Amino acid sequence: MAKKQNKVIEKIQDIAQDIYNTIKKIKQPELEMPIRALSNVKYSEKEGYFKIQGKVKLRTLTASTIKTFAQTLRMMGLSKSLIESEDIATKREAYYVSKNWGEARFKEQPESDTVMDDVEAMMRVNREQIGFIPEEKGGDVAGKLIVIDKDQDTGKELKIDCTKFGSGAYSVPSSVEELKFETNAKFILAIETAGMFQRLVKHNYWKKANCILISMGGVPTRACRRFIRKLADGKKLPVYVFTDGDPYGFGSIYRTLKVGSGNAAHINEFFCVPQAQFIGITPQDIIDYKLPTHPLKDVDIKKIKDLIKNDPFIIHHKPWQKALKQMAQMKVRAEQQALAKHGLNFVISDYLPKKLKDHKTWLP
Amino acid sequence: MAEQNGRKSAEDLAKKQRDISIAEFFEKNRHLLGFDNARRALMTAVKEGVDNALDACEEARILPELNIELIQLDETRFRVIMEDNGPGIIKAQLPKIFAKLLYGSKFHKLSATRGQQGIGISAAVLYGQLTTGKPATIISKTEKDKPAQQIKLKINTTTNKPDVMNEQEMEWEGKDHGTRIEIDMEGSYAKGKQSVDEYIKETAIVNPHATFIYTNPEAEQFIFPRATDVLPPEPKDIKPHPYGVELGRLIKMLELTPSKILQQFLTTEFVRVGSGTAKTICENSALLPKTRPKKVSREMAEQLYNGIKKTKIIAPPTDCINPIGAELLEKGLRKEINAEFYCSSTRPPSVYRGNPFQIEAAMAYGGEQEGDKTIRIMRFANRVPLLYQQGACGITTGIQNTAWRNYGLHQSRNSLPVGPCTVVVHMTSVWVPFTSESKEALAHYNEIIKEIKLALQECGRKLAMFVNKKKRIKDESKKRSYIEKYIPHVAAALQELIGLDEISKKKIEDDLAEILEHTRGELEEIGINNPDYDPELAKIGKEDKKDKKNDEKVEGKKENKKENKKEDKEVEDNEEIEEDNNNKSKKGQTTLM
Repeated sequence: MAKKQNKVIEKIQDIAQDIYNTIKKIKQPELEMPIRALSNVKYSEKEGYFKIQGKVKLRTLTASTIKTFAQTLRMMGLSKSLIESEDIATKREAYYVSKNWGEARFKEQPESDTVMDDVEAMMRVNREQIGFIPEEKGGDVAGKLIVIDKDQDTGKELKIDCTKFGSGAYSVPSSVEELKFETNAKFILAIETAGMFQRLVKHNYWKKANCILISMGGVPTRACRRFIRKLADGKKLPVYVFTDGDPYGFGSIYRTLKVGSGNAAHINEFFCVPQAQFIGITPQDIIDYKLPTHPLKDVDIKKIKDLIKNDPFIIHHKPWQKALKQMAQMKVRAEQQALAKHGLNFVISDYLPKKLKDHKTWLP
Repeated sequence: MAEQNGRKSAEDLAKKQRDISIAEFFEKNRHLLGFDNARRALMTAVKEGVDNALDACEEARILPELNIELIQLDETRFRVIMEDNGPGIIKAQLPKIFAKLLYGSKFHKLSATRGQQGIGISAAVLYGQLTTGKPATIISKTEKDKPAQQIKLKINTTTNKPDVMNEQEMEWEGKDHGTRIEIDMEGSYAKGKQSVDEYIKETAIVNPHATFIYTNPEAEQFIFPRATDVLPPEPKDIKPHPYGVELGRLIKMLELTPSKILQQFLTTEFVRVGSGTAKTICENSALLPKTRPKKVSREMAEQLYNGIKKTKIIAPPTDCINPIGAELLEKGLRKEINAEFYCSSTRPPSVYRGNPFQIEAAMAYGGEQEGDKTIRIMRFANRVPLLYQQGACGITTGIQNTAWRNYGLHQSRNSLPVGPCTVVVHMTSVWVPFTSESKEALAHYNEIIKEIKLALQECGRKLAMFVNKKKRIKDESKKRSYIEKYIPHVAAALQELIGLDEISKKKIEDDLAEILEHTRGELEEIGINNPDYDPELAKIGKEDKKDKKNDEKVEGKKENKKENKKEDKEVEDNEEIEEDNNNKSKKGQTTLM
């Protein structure tokens, strides 16, 4: 562990030394970082995630970039001291630390988050490795799983049984690298909304289906993605994804879980779940189950068009394009909870068992 | 029924119908003539005297030298003395010129002179007479060897004829020729934008061929020596253009013409009408070219009037008007205002209702002018400054209708722009269309307003270039301060990252400064560079602090105040920046070229 951290420090110092040497030569120093956007990723079917490409952006020191330049260097300094003291800071804390930087301080947290992401990408490591952690909650877990963590004081092994939370759930921590698992479940079901998760937990669906339920609460956080990935890899479990039937559920939630995102292009390799498969709600489900719908808004239609045109994952998968086009034609979307039309527990008694059996109704 | 309702017979009414005395007319209409308040009366009297003197000198091809003096006799009474070196006036004409309303040489011709109707100076005499009961004293000398004539005159207010009180020959030493008039009148003297001081100054600015010596009631004497010995070209008379003649005038011309037939009448009394055009007019009017003008009835005259409108007639010649010249206008502005930027434009001559006219404009921007007020406007017509009725003037409308935002000034919809700017507009024409006899506001003819806008737009484009440049300079200096602000942070971060000592850190800061300055380009200074500025001149007519209270009572001022307040809100945001700018410009700015 210590060895790995030293590598990051070395890299930070190398970059700083380079800049110093360039300035010494009275030349404009540059910071090079990969572009974090969909335009700089390629979907690799073999590896199953968005792979970063070679496009980089140069932050050259000029009058108009000097503030960000100074802030980036300052952020690298903060990162170095965090690693050296084996401490961590949340994004928010880092933002407050910047208040010591006089004129170079950040006005709003989004500014500091962006610079932090830049540094992370520049190092081509995960945020945690440069000493920063997100505040975001990782997701909720219930079902046939025992998470093996460590007591924060003693370092003694701690077994957390996810079947013993009653109507509650185990919370995925922001750092999951050190976790180990024990399970005999047959699959993982990742659910978009907390509401649907609650229903399934309340009726002990995991017991009936012998599975692990994970609530993503919207777009899955890095921790959540990493947790599912580690669990699925380690225990060789299939991952099924159950979201609302709308472009956001397909293009943002499912896509990000399965193959990663443009913004995290440099770390998708670790933060993706290539084995994930989409079971619903598909546009065809809306028809098959006669679900109550909402009309698509302009932003939804825009999102569909954008996905078909620009998203390398969708572009790669014909069935997805077909499904999105179908939705655009139907001009409607449906929520997970719409299944309640057929009875509150229709989702448990009919929908999920039926869908899980019928692979043909899934999307890749 | 009718009688019960108190209806009166024509006979009853006739008892009340009688001549209106000229004095009565004047009393009721003094605002039309520019004598509506004591302060303005003083200015109008001086203005009428100066207009006449300059017209007379120019017509006689004499370089004008005017001596104007105001003496305060008691609290509300002033003596106005105006003396010129003009050709003088022969004895027989003196009474009529100074003491008969609507008598003059300029009404019946069209030329770019200052006077028009023959009302002005006699109105001043009448005003003096009505407010003090005293006659006006006039001395005039026409030739070196002849004695001067001195007369004391009143106007008979019943007959509108001069009453000569006293007439004598006298010696006028040291004067070859010229005229001097003294009028005692009620008045009030204050400095400010609408003062005699301001009027004389602005007149001097646009008449650089004349010398003015002016003594105000505070016994301050200002001398404006002539800046050029070249007289403006003599204004040419032109005959009226058919398009510019109204029906009444046409009927009058038909009565008075010596021409025997209509066709000849048209070719001799009008400009741009040859025999061909005359025939077409007759055709379009369904009148025979051989008709005798004296036999033309009112109905036939109307036919003729409409026939003229239907006929295509080329525009009148434009060589009869004399612009001041954009260069001279701009030079005058440089004397008056210490600004950062000046520009000017002269439009080609144009025509409204058959009258040729020409518009010139000049502009001064920035420098010592206040940025949060509506711009200052200086209006001129035939080289006469217009100080009153700004709001009613076509020039003001022209300025309001111009889209100043494109040119870097603030402007709310259809109002005067706000910014550190002075705009000068001069209209010259053979017949300047004033809204009233006091000649302070131009009428709103579309053709005139359009030309004003075009002239201002031309200036505006030059202004925009300067304003943009100034903005670039500001951005640049902002960037420079930006660099200075963040260089220490880059150095501090490097120190933290690779452990620099203080000396290396300092060295890095210097290196960074060098790298970044290097990419910025060369520096050049701009700022106020105006050797023509004449602070003594600029001071004339400016209000003393004690005068401020008086000023607020004066017409127009209040209106302006309100307008400013409205604008204030809009410009508040920019106030700081503007102020900042002004401060900087005084110090001299730096720019990237």
